[in-house]
Amino acid sequence: MAWTSDEMCKIAAEMEIKDGLFVNLGIGMPTNIPNYIPKDINVCFQSENGMLGMGPFPYKGDEDADLINAGKQTITALPESSYFDSAASFAMIRGGHIDLTILGALEVSTTGDLANWAVPGKMIKGMGGAMDLVSNIKRVVILMAHNSKDGSPKLVDKCSLPLTGVGVVDRVITELGVFDVIDNKMYLAKVATDVTVEEIRQKTSAKIEVR
Amino acid sequence: MSMTKIYKTAEDAIKDVIKDDMLIHAGGFGLCGIPENLISAIAKSGVKNLTIISNNCGVDDFGLGILLKNGQIKKMISSYVGENKLFEQKYLDGSLELELNPQGTLAERIRAGGAGIPAFYTRTGVGTVVAEGKEVREFDGKNYVMERGLFADIAIIKGYKADKFGNVIYNKTARNFNPVMATAAKVTICEVEEIVEIGKLDSDNIHTSGIFIHRLLQGMNYEKRIEKVTTRDGSN
Repeated sequence: MAWTSDEMCKIAAEMEIKDGLFVNLGIGMPTNIPNYIPKDINVCFQSENGMLGMGPFPYKGDEDADLINAGKQTITALPESSYFDSAASFAMIRGGHIDLTILGALEVSTTGDLANWAVPGKMIKGMGGAMDLVSNIKRVVILMAHNSKDGSPKLVDKCSLPLTGVGVVDRVITELGVFDVIDNKMYLAKVATDVTVEEIRQKTSAKIEVR
Repeated sequence: MSMTKIYKTAEDAIKDVIKDDMLIHAGGFGLCGIPENLISAIAKSGVKNLTIISNNCGVDDFGLGILLKNGQIKKMISSYVGENKLFEQKYLDGSLELELNPQGTLAERIRAGGAGIPAFYTRTGVGTVVAEGKEVREFDGKNYVMERGLFADIAIIKGYKADKFGNVIYNKTARNFNPVMATAAKVTICEVEEIVEIGKLDSDNIHTSGIFIHRLLQGMNYEKRIEKVTTRDGSN
């Protein structure tokens, strides 16, 4: 059985979220990771629109239009929270002060190139902060479906979509396994329960090394 | 202290400065911390061919989306425009120009513009379309792309409180691009929810110094729309 998206978040939390880290989570699936962090682990979440120390979503009735995350969702503050402007926020990111970012992706290449912001002719949403995050944060982890909706591989030899960053990805977590990019090669680090290496190879066009 | 920078309404504050073809900074992130009154005043003024620098372009019927619907915007310089169907339609049919900047590059370009820095180098965008046609230079074994500072004709920004000198404080994440944009325009026009007497704000906690605020007004009827109301189960 491939992992469910909840299991993927749990695995991401277990493998990546260590005590004391400063973390920036991307929009979509990564937003659920905090639900799987054990209580004894303290991490600090940054939201690139200008907040460090992001709290959980508010209770109904407590929403504040002046307090949102980078996905434009209402959030809450914590006692240790601080607010700052966009330039200071990205100085935090671009200065290498954030330890980890976990983002979604459209394609990741064998050498860790990432495409996650545009599909020419179809989608022109924009890159937001993604290029800044992946180019400057110490560790970049991708959480994504192994294949796109039409079944085509998202772990590829070379990205066909516009790039977000070159050689920036350290690890990819999909429903089939965990893949590490080390020295321009992609290694299989963990296989989902009852998934075979053959199945992974079939659904992947990137060259996967098995150690 | 001179109080001539205070205007009664957003219409008064923009009247003799806003013109066709201008380059305008518009503060806010999504619909959070946007200058609602000044956007409405620009809509009413009917000026055209504007180039607007703003992280997003509002939603279809609110924020900068109003100017978009009116056909007043020629070009957007933004980082993310995914919340706006009309935007996509206008971009695809060629009636709207778009320059996408990475969000941090956009913020830093504005900061640099306001600080008299004509250009800077960043890792962000190296090897992507963002770096096309720009100088790429190696420092300490890594490549960086050169980006230019960004200075506008007008900045329209939204604060929480200001004193009559023009010192401004912001509220929570409604700060976002507002303080940097305040520094980077020939004329910065700021609307706030409340104007207080000089001395009522703590000098140690001013976010934007009055020197950057050329015109100030107390806004009215804030809608403060929330794009994605998200809550958790339970109650306090």
